[in-house]
Amino acid sequence: MAPVLQTSQPWVEKYRPKQVKDVAHQEEVVRVLTNTLETTNCPHMLFYGPPGTGKTTTALAIAHELFGPELYKSRVLELNASDDRGINVVRTKIKDFAAIAVGSAQHKGGYPCPPYKIIILDEADSMTEDAQNALRRTMETYSKVTRFFFICNYISRIIEPLASRCAKFRFKPLSDEIMSNRILHICNEEGLNLDEQALSTLSSISQGDLRRAITYLQSAARLFGSSISSEDLIGVSGVIPQEVVEALFSACKGGNFDLANKEVNNIIAEGYPVAQMLSQLFEMIVEADDVSDEQKARICKKLAEADKCLVDGADEYLQLLDVTSNTMRALCNMPQEFSYD
Amino acid sequence: MLWVDKYRPRTLDQIMVHQDVAQNLKKLVTEQDCPHLLFYGPSGSGKKTLIMAIICQMFGPSAEKVKVENRTWKVEAGSRNIDLELTTLSSTNHVELNPSDAGFQDRYIVQEIIKEMAKNRPIDTKGKKGFKVLVLNEVDKLSREAQHSLRRTMEKYSTYCRLILCCNSSSKVTEAIRSRCLNVRIKAPTEEQIVKVLEFIGKKEGLQIPSGFAARIAEKSNRSLRRAILSFETCRVQQYPFTSNQSIPPMDWEEYISEIASDIMKEQSPKRLYQVRLKLYELLVNCIPPEIILKRLLYELLKKLDIELKHEVCHWAAYYEHRMRLGQKAIFHLEAFVAKFMSIYKAFLIATFG
Repeated sequence: MAPVLQTSQPWVEKYRPKQVKDVAHQEEVVRVLTNTLETTNCPHMLFYGPPGTGKTTTALAIAHELFGPELYKSRVLELNASDDRGINVVRTKIKDFAAIAVGSAQHKGGYPCPPYKIIILDEADSMTEDAQNALRRTMETYSKVTRFFFICNYISRIIEPLASRCAKFRFKPLSDEIMSNRILHICNEEGLNLDEQALSTLSSISQGDLRRAITYLQSAARLFGSSISSEDLIGVSGVIPQEVVEALFSACKGGNFDLANKEVNNIIAEGYPVAQMLSQLFEMIVEADDVSDEQKARICKKLAEADKCLVDGADEYLQLLDVTSNTMRALCNMPQEFSYD
Repeated sequence: MLWVDKYRPRTLDQIMVHQDVAQNLKKLVTEQDCPHLLFYGPSGSGKKTLIMAIICQMFGPSAEKVKVENRTWKVEAGSRNIDLELTTLSSTNHVELNPSDAGFQDRYIVQEIIKEMAKNRPIDTKGKKGFKVLVLNEVDKLSREAQHSLRRTMEKYSTYCRLILCCNSSSKVTEAIRSRCLNVRIKAPTEEQIVKVLEFIGKKEGLQIPSGFAARIAEKSNRSLRRAILSFETCRVQQYPFTSNQSIPPMDWEEYISEIASDIMKEQSPKRLYQVRLKLYELLVNCIPPEIILKRLLYELLKKLDIELKHEVCHWAAYYEHRMRLGQKAIFHLEAFVAKFMSIYKAFLIATFG
């Protein structure tokens, strides 16, 4: 017999704010959008900022509040990176949708229902340049009946002509305080116990990304039950404990190759992901006070190279060993260039 | 039956090494709220054992009756048809496969075959909603495209299909997949844990183990439990009763590589390089993965080298391993590493001794 499976909704979806005014920490955007709700007039918009700051949430919320559940399907087109968004889709699907005329403003069931449609392009920075170029004219031609919302992480990947047609809003990373508030709210709803230390760990490992914080929280709750300690959270998140990184760093400072090699072996055996190790090592080195700027630069250069190699699929042990040996040479002022190159 | 299989824990309760992980997983399964899982850790740490134990816990003993199927799938890729051969291991409730076997065509496996499997709902006599489990091995070897295709499948069919992914290094799995799974890190067992397991097996087999013998096996095993048990069994076949100073036979390929290492330390010349090439070929023909050869060679060389050279040699090892990954023919890069080492070493010798 196959066991019964309860449908479980990810908490990220469950606690997604439904209204624009509930979106935390982005006052500017919220102010403009609440204004939009009153006047039912809005420009094309471009939301950008790091992941997990509420861009998609805001876009979806405003669309829902403008049109209500009835008209939503016919007035809003949502496309994200998992849908095909090549130049053909822009030319056909988007253009066709944009071209549909809509009736004049009428209030239906308490929703403003302004006389235009909304096209939400999520993860717009992964669209090809050609596809973005194809959008330019479409945006202008149908601006009477269609508004575009672009959402992206890196505004530099949106071509200038598109960006200049939109009102830009930057979403800033959430502050620890606001993050803690949201987390505590969820904990209350779900009946979880989270102590002070665990709370601060959670906000530090998620680095301003609320979605990541909630995902970690849910994973930890599934694994460890209702009382969660900070070690549990670190275990779930895949972050390497600070002691391990420090041990490697001090082995590098010590200048003994064999000791460092042993440390690297140990890290591999413990199964820590090396890419994560590199990024944590990077943070530690950048913040270190007793390392000169030149040393830092040398180390970071190597870190970047190793990261690229890892992406290419190179062996983790060898790359980490190479980074370690390079760091050691930089810290102990050994000759950097090999004599027999 | 080999001891490795004979003493493999069948249920989550029997697991000796990762007890804490096993208990947590048990809680997860009994609560019926099982997310997708991603296991990562070095080889020989017990990922597979844990996965099988979880499946047993979910579906009961019926999961142990597996059949091996070797099927050819016809996949339409654009204008042409591709035949894909794939070996699957399946029971009534779970299917296990190794999508990276298809090489560069792995995308089709994910897009067509896995999707097909995920789509089909398991039939339950009582008409209840059931789910089935897909176990995918070596997801870190999947190409980028295949991993991107996987993430849609994971979301779309999550109501009646659970994926259990298994890999060695989670840095090669994309963030998108990792964030959709519960990540479980399986660390290699410590030497004490290995000793405990060996003693347990010894007791079951009714063997007398001299003190310190198990510890020596554990030390030689590189913290891989599988290897420790295998060499334990080899020792048993070789000589019983054990003596406390009995030598533990190293793997023959390791000996072979250490021979290569001493060869290239002795003489650096094109002639020697030619001889080494034949030996490297021999290793490759015997299916020793090239990156393992390179790593072992580095290990052997590091043991013998002067401290100034170590940095440089390990840099070049990383460099050539990376190139090997990008290239096609491993032997070129292995040989390049040997040649590079020879030139470094020769220059070093001339600089020191004139």
